Amino acid sequence: MKTLELRSEVTAASVSAPPSSWDYLADRSFRAMAQAGVWIILLLLGFILWSIGGKAWIGMRDYGIGFLVSTTWDVGRQQFGILPHIWGTLYSSLLALAVGGFFGVAMAIFLTQDFLPPRLAQVFRTIVELLAAIPSVVYGLWGLFFVVPAMRPAAAWLFERFGFIPFFGTTLSGPGMAPASLVLAIMVLPTVAAVSQDALRLVPYKVKEAAYGMGTTRWEAILKVMLPAASTGIFGALVLGFGRALGETMALAMLIGNSNQISLSLFSPANTLAALLALNFPEAGPREVQVLMYAALVLLAITLVVNMIGEAIMTLSSRRRVK
Amino acid sequence: MSPAAVATHAERTATTSLERSPFEPRALKNLLLTAGVWLAALLAAVPLVSVLYMLVVRGGARLSTSLFVELPPAGFEMGGGFGNAIVGTLVMVGLGGLISIPVGVLAAVFLAELGPESRLSQVTRFATKTLTGMPSILTGVFAYAVVVLTTGTYSAPAGGVALAVLMLPTVVLTAESAIRVVPKITRDAAYGMGCTRSQVIWKVLLPTAMPGILTGVMLAVARAAGETAPLLFTALFSSFWLFDGGVPRLWQPTASLAVLIYNFAGMPFENQIELAWAASLVLVIMVLIINVLSRWIGQRRG
Repeated sequence: MKTLELRSEVTAASVSAPPSSWDYLADRSFRAMAQAGVWIILLLLGFILWSIGGKAWIGMRDYGIGFLVSTTWDVGRQQFGILPHIWGTLYSSLLALAVGGFFGVAMAIFLTQDFLPPRLAQVFRTIVELLAAIPSVVYGLWGLFFVVPAMRPAAAWLFERFGFIPFFGTTLSGPGMAPASLVLAIMVLPTVAAVSQDALRLVPYKVKEAAYGMGTTRWEAILKVMLPAASTGIFGALVLGFGRALGETMALAMLIGNSNQISLSLFSPANTLAALLALNFPEAGPREVQVLMYAALVLLAITLVVNMIGEAIMTLSSRRRVK
Repeated sequence: MSPAAVATHAERTATTSLERSPFEPRALKNLLLTAGVWLAALLAAVPLVSVLYMLVVRGGARLSTSLFVELPPAGFEMGGGFGNAIVGTLVMVGLGGLISIPVGVLAAVFLAELGPESRLSQVTRFATKTLTGMPSILTGVFAYAVVVLTTGTYSAPAGGVALAVLMLPTVVLTAESAIRVVPKITRDAAYGMGCTRSQVIWKVLLPTAMPGILTGVMLAVARAAGETAPLLFTALFSSFWLFDGGVPRLWQPTASLAVLIYNFAGMPFENQIELAWAASLVLVIMVLIINVLSRWIGQRRG
């Protein structure tokens, strides 16, 4: 009698019983749903490319390659060209990468090479994370009311003394390339710092100990052993930071001055592809929308290529480590 | 060499090399570089301090309850607030989460557990990383092409779709790694007891990985709340309440905190600029609270 009771209890607890047909059904359908989730992501990426490409098609047909090398953007005369925007995008991103990359890698070395007691290191790590957390529109506002006024006297001085150098060929009359790139550099820094930190941490500890054992100073170990060992990962970090800078919109739309000119001067206003989209889309007529879609496609192509190169480098660097 | 000579030689080496000589070239270079990296790290902290200081001083000066219950002022009007923009931001981020979280977690389950090494997963992982690197303004262009042009109006759902595309890759990648770190023994124990794969996922993997998944979700939410570019020409802006007598009027232009900051920063009126600073302060506080919460959840896991 007692064993019979026990058996019925065990059957009731579904775990030891074979799965019921309902369990099979639930299992099948849930797995199908999970697979559907994966397909949604793939279809979404395809759909994004298709919808932007499809809308850009008419603009591509009408303006062709000339769109990429023409410098006028005149809605009234229906003339469109994005060479100044491509130039501005690349120039501002390179400047930002030079500054942000330097500070980002320095920060990564600072945080990984035992310069700090753990608690203080945590403080600096939080600072980098907070830099990444602040929305770009807030950086734009800060740039307008702090960086631009603070930079103006220095820019005027540089223009007076060194105006013959093309980089200082104009004065800073308000927004311009230098404040925009500086704010952009602040936004690139966390990306570069985070990815380079991972790269430096992945260098086996023994490698550094071997260097110390041979009598190197701390910086000889860093410059001659750690950085070369992590160089692929750090290079990947710089490429990813560059990709981030290319697509950044709001801070640039607020700070770069939106003037369609090609100039080497750090203090003259310029324009970027993302800023062009942000400023012109809200009030664009049907014709301009087609052309803006074409510009969006160009931006998408540039960022996709840069990011894919970055990801490929990161994959390469982690694969090499496995050996 | 006599024993005495060896001893003096050893003594000499010991006294010269074991003493610290900070001005020897190698040590000096070491010292200078250390000072340099300290300087770089402190300089990198300057922008953060400056931004937070300006936010507290200029935004804090304007902080009052009327900000949260009043509507944005027009041109020369004084006073006003951004209650509708806070509601708009919450609604659009909520819509983005409603779309992206279920899809993202389901996809992560597949990537981490059902077919981690399959061709489909490898392609999807690559696609997700590509989406991560896509400029946020392009998610706005996408939502414009798909939702705004189709429905013929700027709207909150259009903004929500743009934010969902932005949040999706973060949710997928963090959820996948959270599910992956569940120990293999735990899984094997569940399978050994005769669970179906879905039962293992629902009763073991998802509950165990929940803190990690939540961290990712909250990071995505924090990022979406601060994004402006995807909303500029999908939700546009509005000076009216999203809810009219408790009824949501979704299919019309919708205000958000981020777009309000952008619009008001460029206006020549002191009142609007003050409001932009106050809105920035509120937005940054919101974003930081979500960030701190996500880190707290993440730490409890460890």
